[in-house]
Amino acid sequence: MSTNENTNTATPAMNRSVGMPGHMKIIFVVLLAVLIALPFMVYPVFAMKVMCFALFACAFNLLLGFGGLLSFGHAAYFGMASYVCAHAAKVWGLTPELAILAGTVTAALLGLLIGSLAIRRQGIYFAMVTLAFAQMVYFFALQAEFTGGEDGIQTVPRNDLLGLFPMGDDIVFYFFVLFVTFGGILFIYRITHSPFGQVLKAIRENEPRAISLGYHVNRYKLTVFVLSATFAGLAGATKSQVFHLASLTDVHWSMSGEVVLMTLLGGMGTVLGPIVGAVIVVTMQNYLAYLGAWVTVIQGCIFVIGVLMFREGIIGVLSKIFKKPL
Amino acid sequence: MIKRIALSTAAVSALVAGPALATDITLGVLNDQSGIYADLSGQGSVVAAQMAVADFDAAGKGINVEIISADHQNKPDIASNIARQWYDQDGVDAILDVPTSSTALAVADVTAEFGKVFINSGAATSDLTRANCQPTTIHWTYDTAALANGTGKAVTESGGDTWFFLTADYAFGHALERDTTAVVEANGGEVLGSVAHPFPGTDFSSFLLQAQASGAKVIGLANAGADTVNSIKQAAEFGIVQGGQKLAGLLLFINNVHSLGAETAQGLQMTTAFYWDKNDDTRAFSERFKAEMGSPPSMVQAGVYAGTLHYLKAVEAVGSDDATAIVASMKEMKTDDPLFGEGYIRKDGRVIHDMYLMEVKSPEESTGEWDLLKEVATISGEDAFLPMEDGGCAFALAD
Amino acid sequence: MFELLGIPPQVLLGQLLIGLINGSFYAVLSLGLAVIFGLLNIINFAHGAQYMMGAFVAWMLLNYGGIGYWPALLLAPVIVGIIGIALERVLIARLYKLDHLYGLLLTFGLALIIQGLFRNYYGVSGLPYQIPSALQGGQNLGFMFLPNYRGWVIVASVIVCFGTWFMIEKTRLGANLRAATENPELVGAFGINVPRMITLTYGFGVALAAFAGVLAAPIYSVNPNMGADLIIVVFAVVVIGGMGSIMGSILTGFGLGVIEGLTRVFYPEGSAVVIFVIMAIVLMIKPEGLFGKSA
Repeated sequence: MSTNENTNTATPAMNRSVGMPGHMKIIFVVLLAVLIALPFMVYPVFAMKVMCFALFACAFNLLLGFGGLLSFGHAAYFGMASYVCAHAAKVWGLTPELAILAGTVTAALLGLLIGSLAIRRQGIYFAMVTLAFAQMVYFFALQAEFTGGEDGIQTVPRNDLLGLFPMGDDIVFYFFVLFVTFGGILFIYRITHSPFGQVLKAIRENEPRAISLGYHVNRYKLTVFVLSATFAGLAGATKSQVFHLASLTDVHWSMSGEVVLMTLLGGMGTVLGPIVGAVIVVTMQNYLAYLGAWVTVIQGCIFVIGVLMFREGIIGVLSKIFKKPL
Repeated sequence: MIKRIALSTAAVSALVAGPALATDITLGVLNDQSGIYADLSGQGSVVAAQMAVADFDAAGKGINVEIISADHQNKPDIASNIARQWYDQDGVDAILDVPTSSTALAVADVTAEFGKVFINSGAATSDLTRANCQPTTIHWTYDTAALANGTGKAVTESGGDTWFFLTADYAFGHALERDTTAVVEANGGEVLGSVAHPFPGTDFSSFLLQAQASGAKVIGLANAGADTVNSIKQAAEFGIVQGGQKLAGLLLFINNVHSLGAETAQGLQMTTAFYWDKNDDTRAFSERFKAEMGSPPSMVQAGVYAGTLHYLKAVEAVGSDDATAIVASMKEMKTDDPLFGEGYIRKDGRVIHDMYLMEVKSPEESTGEWDLLKEVATISGEDAFLPMEDGGCAFALAD
Repeated sequence: MFELLGIPPQVLLGQLLIGLINGSFYAVLSLGLAVIFGLLNIINFAHGAQYMMGAFVAWMLLNYGGIGYWPALLLAPVIVGIIGIALERVLIARLYKLDHLYGLLLTFGLALIIQGLFRNYYGVSGLPYQIPSALQGGQNLGFMFLPNYRGWVIVASVIVCFGTWFMIEKTRLGANLRAATENPELVGAFGINVPRMITLTYGFGVALAAFAGVLAAPIYSVNPNMGADLIIVVFAVVVIGGMGSIMGSILTGFGLGVIEGLTRVFYPEGSAVVIFVIMAIVLMIKPEGLFGKSA
């Protein structure tokens, strides 16, 4: 992913300062205000879905946009976390925060396992290794007893938060999801703007130089891989609590493709891009569902137009116009 | 919170409305509109529901019915999302059709959670009225147990006493294999083995050769839709039937037989709940349906029609959209409609009606494009479906 | 008679042959991908959709034009190849200077568009296509009954695969092509029209996919989704064989077909995943692929 073109246009994350710049603070505050008002304007379950996918895309972007690693198997972490969380809530009766934690930890471990093998390869080979392992995870999800195969895990209960607060009501649960996903996104932002993020960027742009400067490149790559898998898992686990369900859709390779679409559409390597991409894709799937296969055609057109004309993505273009990293 | 509001308004409207005032009903047809089951459910089921509303003269009886529909793409997550949104936001009173077992189980649970009505026609799994039964579920057309009791029993009794299964590797395939194995063994047959193929599959030749090598007299196809069609085609290509083995398609729809053609499919036995050419009533309905859709109704579409009709009768009797009362009334009334004849709904939600063992006509016997089946035997509802006592539906057995 | 893990040898032989038949499709498809990748450096994710188009064009020729299987075997690849050339000229040619990833994403988008359009117009139930009358029936080989058509699939694939290999590796035309990918400026200086050559190569790779589609039409039903899941399997075949290696993709295609066939006997559920397991192992041990030149 370290093309020349990429380095020239990836204005985001270019700022050297580690603290949050003023305009980002304003954006995040406005975003939070909108999100607080959102469940009273749209169907809260839909709003929660958008937020889970936004977190998923941000996690993916951490790896692709900041680590320069294209994974073609992120559905594995998203989906497995969703299964484990659903199982934990339904069979073990865990409270939402613990069930989500269980799912997230699973994704992190899976990310550690796959990542430690995958980072030994580069470019397209890296993508193929992640795809191969994701296919195995899919196969496991199809065959294993606890995942329920085609049926998935259904009627997953939402137990009381911390064992105290009932979460059955969607509006109440929405604020829990808001806390988790918004927190996750802020945390990802923090990572990318930390010294660790700066080293990642150095590796992405010139790996041999980073090595010669004495950085343990593979250790950095593995760390960002595991972090990305972990947040993808957090998103997947939360989603299974939102929908009371974990299913094969979440581990299928087309889910891995979808998160690539969201990230590129919004603008990879930008902070807000994946969020915008997720909002557009999920909204389109939701409100254009009646168009049937035309949704696929529209998605295809977005891919084609995006690749030909807006390789920086929507936010990438905006960020150029405003001359500020977004 | 939302659920409670919905229930209380229903209660209030039941108090104030009474039979004299108009009742507003929204029906949601949720099925496969673009995938492998689109032909046998899809838009045809929507048309069937509309015909039921028109035939019942709902408007004339003070019931305003609105029908909405959506595509669940055969994915349980999408199905459960739509069902939730329909009940929560769009005021849907009952969901109809829902083919494929995994989506049906998801919708059954969501319906119970919201206390609405689910009238399933398209799905096969007998678990809808067994381990996963819900007081709000009505399972209309067929199930894996009835298919097994039809085809499985008939084939075993006619000398096909050793079986080998080609099973689609997912819940429905395994359920069908399980139910058919029970029937084969109960009738003195023996199951020599089975092979699970990935779902959906394209090439079945390798599995067919394994079935051939088993030496079983009957190869049971515990799969559905395109998988069944392809297994039958490829079996013909590999000369399996000429080799003396018999194929038993455990779940075949009229649309599958049509796409196979009488030449390839002739002599196949299948179990169905409905055939368009059964009697004058079914023919008359099918003519009207065909004028809309271009093909006669499948048993799934017929089941949507019959289920909607019976639901509307219950709405009229209750005089409100109170789901609990409607389900109770549906189970209390005998079912009687032009397509399925007389029957009744058991406490576990299983609709009991006759099933038919059919055989695919040879090209010489067939007189028209859709003249494909002839009746071999009628199986009474009590014989076809699994007795409630053996089903393990907890709430139905509780009292 | 010996038995291998409870499987009689004649069954095993039958399964090997079936594996070889399925491998024929993998070989032709992965060959097309390898040609395109090797000479254009584009990962053609639309390959599965183009395979599907081959089958559909054959079906359309028959149903709208009354043109049967044999002419379609030639016509359909030409038609789909021309469509491919148009796509290359208008869209793909703009990406040659960019990272692989963009080519992959663009062709992935194209695949979505093509499959979506066919789904809209033809549904997904699948359309029937008869086996040509000359190839109906079959031969009893003693250990199994081999349908004539399946035998033809192997023969046709082997001819096409090795013909392609010969053309690229052993003829002057092929030498020019290979030289053009190594150093386009220099070859251009010799008076060879490099962009046109690249365009034609893409068209040829796409035509190979369409050829596989026509071969598949009579035995698998003609269905808009027929290439959707196949593409990532074929992709894996190319990676295992060594990206860009012509002979590698042919041999790996046939070989993996056989391995998958054997999996169907010993662990049928696993037959959908075995190729990915092999891919992961190969990438870990020999990342350039079994037949690839080490980087």
